[in-house]
Amino acid sequence: MHTGQIMFYLLSALVLVSGLLSVISRKIFRSAIFLLFSLTGIAGIYFQMQYEFLAAVQIIVYVGGIVVLIIFSIFLTQQTGSVLPAAAFNRKLFAVLASALGFGFMIFQLNNHVFTSSGKNSPGPEVAEIGRQMLNVNESGYALPLK
Amino acid sequence: MNHIPLSHILCVSTRLILYRYLWFLTRRNLITILMSVELILNSVNLNFIAFNKYLYPDKPDGFFFSVFIIAIAAAEAAVAIAIIIHLYRHYRSIDVEDADTMRF
Repeated sequence: MHTGQIMFYLLSALVLVSGLLSVISRKIFRSAIFLLFSLTGIAGIYFQMQYEFLAAVQIIVYVGGIVVLIIFSIFLTQQTGSVLPAAAFNRKLFAVLASALGFGFMIFQLNNHVFTSSGKNSPGPEVAEIGRQMLNVNESGYALPLK
Repeated sequence: MNHIPLSHILCVSTRLILYRYLWFLTRRNLITILMSVELILNSVNLNFIAFNKYLYPDKPDGFFFSVFIIAIAAAEAAVAIAIIIHLYRHYRSIDVEDADTMRF
């Protein structure tokens, strides 16, 4: 197996396991910490896909900004160490059924669909190129959404 | 990177988004709902980047959409946390079922 492949599967295992743990955990502070690990794992996947700028933005904005803001508001609004009430059984059953059915349907569609690539191969955009396109008003320019 | 099939990356983001739906549907706490919305947006970003990388690597459209989604998500989190803290000061609880009046 290729090293990049092993890295990808390790990172996605980190993302998925910490995502699941943050859903299961009944302590809200712990689920915020697992959310942090999950976001960092996604930044690692971006790094591996050679989108370095987006990975840096992900770490700065999500890990450095949003999670800190969330932990701050947890401290302001909850007693630390308090346990969240368990969900009602029928609500839990409905949620598990809805997401299991959705997952099955999406995996079925993914396996049946054939993706056709445009064939060209290039790494992620350079920072200078990103800046040029952000302020460009011609074709594939993003000045209007930036406004 | 191109050794990994596209469907595996899409499978990761699908699984992540469905955990978040699970969280969204079972919890009744406003902060956990906000956290799950953040991660739903994040797995959408992962999808955009994977499609951009594998299907149209010459056009960075998916990349720009992800950058805008991250910016909007940060602004949305700030506004949502301001609303949550205000609700807490009024109701002394951040359960969605306690906030049941339109005007106070």
